[in-house]
Amino acid sequence: MRNKIVVKTFLAEVGETSRFIFKFLSRWFIPPYELKELIRQCYIIGYKSLPLVGLTGFIMGLVLTMQLRPFMIDYGVESNLPTIVGIAIIREIGPVITALIFAGKIGSSIGAELGSMKVTEQIDAMEVSGTNPFKYLVVSRVIATTIMLPILVICSDAISLYGSYLGVNIKGNTNFSFFWTQIFDTLEFRDIIPAYIKTYFFGFAVGIIGCYKGYNSSKGTEGVGISANASVVISSVLIFIIDLLSVQITEVLGFN
Amino acid sequence: MNQNIINNQKTILSVKHLYKSFGENQVLKDINLELNESENMVVLGKSGSGKSVLIKCIIGLLQADSGAIELFGKTTTQLNSMELDLVRSKIGFLFQSNALYDSMTVRENLEFPLRRHWIHLKQEEIDKKVQQALNDVGLANTIDMMPIELSGGMRKRIALARTLILQPEIILYDEPTTGLDPVTAREIIKLMIEIKTKYKTASIIISHDINCVKLASDRIAIIIEGRCYTIGKYEELKNSSDKNIKQFFE
Repeated sequence: MRNKIVVKTFLAEVGETSRFIFKFLSRWFIPPYELKELIRQCYIIGYKSLPLVGLTGFIMGLVLTMQLRPFMIDYGVESNLPTIVGIAIIREIGPVITALIFAGKIGSSIGAELGSMKVTEQIDAMEVSGTNPFKYLVVSRVIATTIMLPILVICSDAISLYGSYLGVNIKGNTNFSFFWTQIFDTLEFRDIIPAYIKTYFFGFAVGIIGCYKGYNSSKGTEGVGISANASVVISSVLIFIIDLLSVQITEVLGFN
Repeated sequence: MNQNIINNQKTILSVKHLYKSFGENQVLKDINLELNESENMVVLGKSGSGKSVLIKCIIGLLQADSGAIELFGKTTTQLNSMELDLVRSKIGFLFQSNALYDSMTVRENLEFPLRRHWIHLKQEEIDKKVQQALNDVGLANTIDMMPIELSGGMRKRIALARTLILQPEIILYDEPTTGLDPVTAREIIKLMIEIKTKYKTASIIISHDINCVKLASDRIAIIIEGRCYTIGKYEELKNSSDKNIKQFFE
């Protein structure tokens, strides 16, 4: 009986989320365009996330290199360290870790912000003021996350590779240009393009889930916390599911 | 002939046979009322009797199950979203929670509806209107403050200024004095009366505050269990022998 209720609730939630996504897809291109709000959101979501994303990217590159180094020495392939780290960061670790950090920071803040606006009737006030709150709040945020995450991933990858360069040089002496040449000589478009395309989907997932949870928040202040938490958990799980699907698709298309 | 026309008062809002339910809970059952120009109508009722639902249906935040709402001679259910926005621009809504935008300053809160409704307004005119609205509520010095920095009474006044800025013909007040101390509550009531006198606005005021009912009402509508039980003037209802009416004035 209990399982039945859980399944029913889960299916209802999936249905409501799908309806919300459909509403977004059918309305984002219809005027009026909230360009000013979109630019403001791009600044908040993108620019203000850069220090956190940069720091985590740097540590990720450095640690990954330091952890791999002893094994590469054992197998006698230490010279391939930049190549291995470069491919790992650009194809998988960079996009996924950055997206997870992004989900934690931006997904929760969108969920909490819209949730508190909902419970304090600010969304209703917006509607009464002649503003379509869905376009003003949801469309602008989802587009901003979809645009900004790929840019953040590029920045994070670059900083991460720089961290890796420092990691290589902690116990060795590798020339800066040699390090970069080694990475880019082995990288191909099939490594970069699929990894880059999937970040748009990661960004969309973080934005739409944060907005859905916040916009449909209830139960007062407790509901705001629940929305913020659910935004992070669901968008993080979705990032892994999208990652899994993208690997399958690139496999089928022969990109791997 | 319509009594209002005889009294030279034009009806600007009429609610006819309004029904609204949430699931199996029937909240509004056949509500009928009319609001005339420059009239303050207080809606009294117990908690959960459907008072807030009624004004949310009037402004279009909730869709009624059946019945009609006529605003300025237009039936709102027959309007498209643009026409509805136009009608809404003539109605102000003061939320119980004030609903000030947390992330905006007082100035930005007041500018927001202006920029949405009157897009061609120049910055100088916007500044003038913002200043005028703040002067009306006596809080001109708070213009660059954030809502969080204001007291409950000040927030209520700023919310009222935001409601006033579009010069509405009708203002819907959702429990304007709830949560305020008696002195601040009296100041808000005084302000509501001043606004009515100065701008000739009509209002529907949802309230439990008997002071508010006494001072601000021209007519009172009592809602009991989702039905409009009676409509009358303060003195008539106060002296009524009907126990259902009497309970609100004891």
